[in-house]
Amino acid sequence: MNLVADDFELFGLPRRFALERGELDARRRALQGEVHPDRFTAADAAAKRAAMQSAVRVNEAHARLADPLKRAAYLCELAGTPVRAEDNTAMPLDFLREQMAWRESLDDAGSRAEVDAVARDLASARRGAYERLASALDERRDFTAAAQEVRALMFIERFAADVDDRLVALEG
Amino acid sequence: MALLQISEPGASLDPHTRRHAVGIDLGTTHSLVAAVRSGVAECLPDREGEVILPSAVRYCADGTARIGREALAGAVSDPTNTIVSVKRLMGRGLADVSKAGRLAYDFVDAEHGMVRVRTAAGIKSPVEISAEILATLRQRAEDTFEADLYGAVITVPAYFDDAQRQATKDAAELAGLEVLRLISEPTAASIAYGLDNASEGLYAVYDLGGGTFDISLLRMRGGVFEVIATGGDSALGGDDIDAALADWALARAGVVAESAGDRRAAAMAARVAKEALSSADRAIFACTVAGTKVEQAVARADLEALAKPFVDRTIAAARKAVRDAKVDKAAIDGIVLVGGSTRMPQVRRAVHEFFGRAPLTNLDPDQVVALGAARQADALAGNHGASDLLLLDVVPLSLGIETMGGLVERIIERNSPIPTARAQSFTTFQDGQTAMSIHVVQGERDLVADCRSLARFELRGIPPMVAGAARIQVTFTIDADGLLSVEAREETSGVEASVTVKPSYGLSDEEVTRMLGEGFGHAEDDMAARALREAQVDADRLLGAIASALAVDGELLSSEERASIERAAADLRATRDSTDRAAIERSLKALSDATEAFAAERMNRGIRRALAGRRVEDL
Repeated sequence: MNLVADDFELFGLPRRFALERGELDARRRALQGEVHPDRFTAADAAAKRAAMQSAVRVNEAHARLADPLKRAAYLCELAGTPVRAEDNTAMPLDFLREQMAWRESLDDAGSRAEVDAVARDLASARRGAYERLASALDERRDFTAAAQEVRALMFIERFAADVDDRLVALEG
Repeated sequence: MALLQISEPGASLDPHTRRHAVGIDLGTTHSLVAAVRSGVAECLPDREGEVILPSAVRYCADGTARIGREALAGAVSDPTNTIVSVKRLMGRGLADVSKAGRLAYDFVDAEHGMVRVRTAAGIKSPVEISAEILATLRQRAEDTFEADLYGAVITVPAYFDDAQRQATKDAAELAGLEVLRLISEPTAASIAYGLDNASEGLYAVYDLGGGTFDISLLRMRGGVFEVIATGGDSALGGDDIDAALADWALARAGVVAESAGDRRAAAMAARVAKEALSSADRAIFACTVAGTKVEQAVARADLEALAKPFVDRTIAAARKAVRDAKVDKAAIDGIVLVGGSTRMPQVRRAVHEFFGRAPLTNLDPDQVVALGAARQADALAGNHGASDLLLLDVVPLSLGIETMGGLVERIIERNSPIPTARAQSFTTFQDGQTAMSIHVVQGERDLVADCRSLARFELRGIPPMVAGAARIQVTFTIDADGLLSVEAREETSGVEASVTVKPSYGLSDEEVTRMLGEGFGHAEDDMAARALREAQVDADRLLGAIASALAVDGELLSSEERASIERAAADLRATRDSTDRAAIERSLKALSDATEAFAAERMNRGIRRALAGRRVEDL
């Protein structure tokens, strides 16, 4: 094992989507306890540099594993089916229709209650998408379907951020 | 010069030789230094027994400086040469400072740089002024321990950007302090209360000082203190309450304070009365203004009525921070009070009422930040029994670069745990383009104009290609102090364009050299002697570090690898006692280079050790 190993290997975790956040955090803490620059304040310059690089690597891997969408994209990449969100924007027609309908209802929503209703719809769609993603990755091991689900969720998360902004704006 | 005491290499881990590491709270109105002694963190007093050093520096025409209370005494008679609140100037340009208002110094605009102040002793940068304060505290600590300091942890506000952090670190280095780490003030306050021991929790840190109010919400999870929201008002503090009380008392006495000196005298009298009213119900406001002796009785209710608008503003800011953090007030597990103004019963009541829970008050609110910094310093010095504390801090503000149309492309999001790095690829915009300019900014807004400009640099020597063909990989690294460095490389041709980033508000190398030459605190050392001594100290540090590393992880090395490290170490031991600084530095570098591969192996072993005993669940 070394610093170029994949993120799951670095954290000693099985290569799968299901993951317990508490366990991931505990392992990050244990890893940083060994490699963080704070552990090497009295060390030589080479050890300080190595500690810095290792700590960066651990934080980077933690960030990728902690975020479900990034973790899913990473699993797809490891399986040889990268998500390629930037040059693969073809989405199923149904999904695009649903997106447009949401956008319209958010644009039309004037009151807090109406925005809340959009947020509820969105939350349920998001839950469904994450369940399908988990099943594609961990049960069916269908990485093409998983990559498609990741792209769909990227749309959903972006829209969710817009909904949040509207809620904050309504609160003043 | 005193003879250096040299311990056996590797022997520095002996429990009897403690490394003296301190925590320093470099505050807007006052500064403190603290250390862990016999397992307890405590603030170190000066010869008069005072722990608080007013953050004031008065420059005299003979080129000398008075620091602390002695300087403050001149605040009334000599306001333009008496610099208070220098923290507000750190890493700031003239435009920022003018926006802040209220500061009556003779500013000099350094072009695109940090503002300078013209004083009787010459033009001074905020870094130099802060270094005077830090050198005073360093001297105090060295007098207390009768030994050189191993290093210091210095606190900065959670919202301090890269330029402000860099300026703080520069000031410490100028003051001859080895900076072990910069940590944020609310984090330090939380450590002082031992909140880092809890496995999880949500905390609010309410910091009402003399001239600033900060509210921070922190989440502790898995050894990471994450600042989830910060807010406050950089022009709101106990001084405002003093001014309101002074105006009230003078109005009742029918006296008007015209001169700056009279206003300061009245403000000081108000402060005395206000402090008395924290424990008593009545106090006397007494001062002499315009030759008239003023005496006014003040009831606590009078003070509270005057202070109410200010206290209300802090609660409004707290409400906003709670909303920004998207947390429920009821979920907050503890409220830490920082700053002398939180001694006012009225403030404690308001905080209790707002959060629905009594704030933590058993530590002195003036000392709490320094005490927490001292605990962190002790842990970083590797003193026996202190090594369990591991603080993982986060980037306070997002970091990005300017793209077309003055928009910001975020590279590193705020609250990413540090250290962290992010590589980003860029390409050329025009055919045959051989250079590109990169503008690094910090902040949460989408427009470059609304963010703080950190650095601009140019990447040259890109081979001419059609637009969009070049692949320039730029790596942004934020170290454990939250400071940025940038590297760039053109990938398709393999051309490395090295870039050096100077923060826009940093000091130039010449300035640093000049300031170091002028010396802080230890003026008796001449430059060459000091440089030689520093090289020798570095040699001792490195030899000690390598010896400990070999003792702990030596078996990771083959016999040839070990022999090559030992050869380099023997060589450094031989040059160390010479007076040839250049030779010592060459040997230092050779030994450091010889340990490169060993260091990487040690990290890998650490990773294996971290995961040992942690079961990998079956798929």
